[in-house]
Amino acid sequence: MKDVPFMTQRPATQEQAYLAALESFEANGYANDPSWAHELRKAAMFRFQSLGFPTSRRGNEEWKYTDVGPIAKTPFQSLDSAALSRVDAADVDVASFGDSAWSQLVFVNGSYAENLSSVSSLPAGVTVLSLAEAMRTMPDLVQEHLARHAEYETRAFTALNTAFIHEGAFVHVPDGVLVAEPIRLLFLSTSEEKEIVSHSRVLVVVGKDSKATIIEGYGGISDGSYFSNAVTEIVVGDGARVEYYKIQQQSDRAFHITTTDVALGKDCYFSSINMDLGGRLVRNNLRVLTEGEGSSSMLNGLYLVNGTQHVDNEVIIDHAKPYTTSRELYKGILDGKSRSVFHGSIIVREGAVKVNANQVDKNLLLSDQAEADTKPAFWIYCDDVRCGHGAACGHMDENALFYMRSRGIDEKTARGLLTRAFVSEVIESIANEPLRSQVDGLVQAKLQEWLES
Amino acid sequence: MLEIKDLHVSIGGAEILKGVNLHVKAGEVHAIMGPNGSGKSTLANVLAGHPSYLVTSGEAIFEGGNLLGMLPEDRARAGLFLCFQHPTEVPGVRLDHFMRAGYNSIQKSRGLDEMDVLKFDRFLNEKVGIVEMDRNLTKRSVNEGFSGGEKKRNEILQMAIFEPKMAILDEPDSGLDVDALRIVAEGINQLRSPEKALIMVTHYQRILNYVVPDSVHVLIGGRIVKSGGKELALDIESQGYDHIEKAAESLKSSR
Repeated sequence: MKDVPFMTQRPATQEQAYLAALESFEANGYANDPSWAHELRKAAMFRFQSLGFPTSRRGNEEWKYTDVGPIAKTPFQSLDSAALSRVDAADVDVASFGDSAWSQLVFVNGSYAENLSSVSSLPAGVTVLSLAEAMRTMPDLVQEHLARHAEYETRAFTALNTAFIHEGAFVHVPDGVLVAEPIRLLFLSTSEEKEIVSHSRVLVVVGKDSKATIIEGYGGISDGSYFSNAVTEIVVGDGARVEYYKIQQQSDRAFHITTTDVALGKDCYFSSINMDLGGRLVRNNLRVLTEGEGSSSMLNGLYLVNGTQHVDNEVIIDHAKPYTTSRELYKGILDGKSRSVFHGSIIVREGAVKVNANQVDKNLLLSDQAEADTKPAFWIYCDDVRCGHGAACGHMDENALFYMRSRGIDEKTARGLLTRAFVSEVIESIANEPLRSQVDGLVQAKLQEWLES
Repeated sequence: MLEIKDLHVSIGGAEILKGVNLHVKAGEVHAIMGPNGSGKSTLANVLAGHPSYLVTSGEAIFEGGNLLGMLPEDRARAGLFLCFQHPTEVPGVRLDHFMRAGYNSIQKSRGLDEMDVLKFDRFLNEKVGIVEMDRNLTKRSVNEGFSGGEKKRNEILQMAIFEPKMAILDEPDSGLDVDALRIVAEGINQLRSPEKALIMVTHYQRILNYVVPDSVHVLIGGRIVKSGGKELALDIESQGYDHIEKAAESLKSSR
């Protein structure tokens, strides 16, 4: 047996590099934040250091199908203020959604780009502000909700984001205010010599009987590699109505992790529509908790993946209160050697009677090498409930294809019509009209491109 | 118009059609009758180009062209139409959009004008009357949630829209009540003309009371065992396929 050289020094890990970055920011860019923010970051960094990046080792069901090794190994560069000059209004126009008159906060590599943002025509009392500024100017309101919903004790990516909590967006709608125009938040990443990580944070608080629409957009200015680790917390007040859209068009080499935690009040309505149109390795964690009776929610998603893309959607709906309903519909189209994962969990707590929950995940495989894994899970601790789920994964319906061709429609067009039909259910669930058309256009263009090649 | 010569077809290694011969001229209506599993639907599907069937030998000449060498869409463009026995549901594709896509692709292939949405809408309004179909059905997904009768009417509606030179109707009467049968049969009759031909594939004689054929062929075990005039259908109705089959066998063995 050969002697194994004794290791005198533990190799520096990326986890340690994040710690070092935070220490430097605390002394510089983060110095003027309120003291509770420093404490929060410290606590979260401590959790992140002990959790480390998740691994797909045995027993770790959460990450069984998704290997975040490439994220854990890459020495991403953290920034406390970014060079914004590379991004101009034209880049923003290309990446934006909706009407250009709607309010929009723009972030580049995680930093707020005031010159590219615009806030207009909002009802009195509504706040749409950079989080760093909100922490300074309305610290109590921010502190009341920030990091109270996105649990970071057990989740490494949430802990990492929270450890760098500083920049992001704060949206506050007081009680009884209907905000007609959607509020847009756009997060752009650039490709730098050294790959960049951004930890953008969003806090949305919508008061009682109020109404708001939030559109989060994520995109890359060029086709390079970077890591976007975003966390969004949404508080929906009693009787409020919130539509939340997340449209992701990251570069094909980007790592994109998002965590969205939603707290639903009594008798409110919440919808989340998640569109994954880009990225190399994508994981979305959506968790909705019903904190009051009688809420209803719609949680939809669409993912289009090809090449070696990997998209993982985890959706947890926690029915903690009675008379709450949820509808989930996720659909995916997979081509090439791509892979998708859908973890859908429905939890019904003890005493949560008359819960009505349904979950569906359907995948259309355009190639033989693509793979879709669907993992529904139910934890039901109450008898008087209705829960259902459906999952499907298959190739294009050959009979439907033949039926169309027998009516003179050529094969390529027929395939196009069938793929379009497959995604239409999710696209039609986008209630906001200009947004629906834009997303439809993007999806159709992408599918067209795939079918042409 | 259509000449089928010694057609052999198999699916999944099993031979279904074992040498079918058929000659159909313009203006004629031919009925193909036979018991379940005799190969009637296979014949209809293979002529329309269903990819699951393998033609092992024989040929089919349609309007002078080699039908079996054509793609399904090209057969439709050449004027062939299959009225499906079990039309497929196509969720998410609106029926009127689907029909317009088919109609326009056929028009385009012939160098004729395509119809815009408004024009096609008016055209459709005229045509739905032929099968007494609810216009609102055409705004729904193709065949999704349609009743059996609605699916059949939809097939005849499409036949009225595409105005094929030759239509092959695969059991257009199956599952229909008397009223629906009459409506479907009348729809078919309205589309008969001296320039067009029909092949009716049917198990029962009853639709032939409404759509009177020029010739009747009995298909048993993948072969046409007997051909005759419209009175042959009545013989089958009264005596059954067994009788015809035995008679055909004894005729063969006595030769």
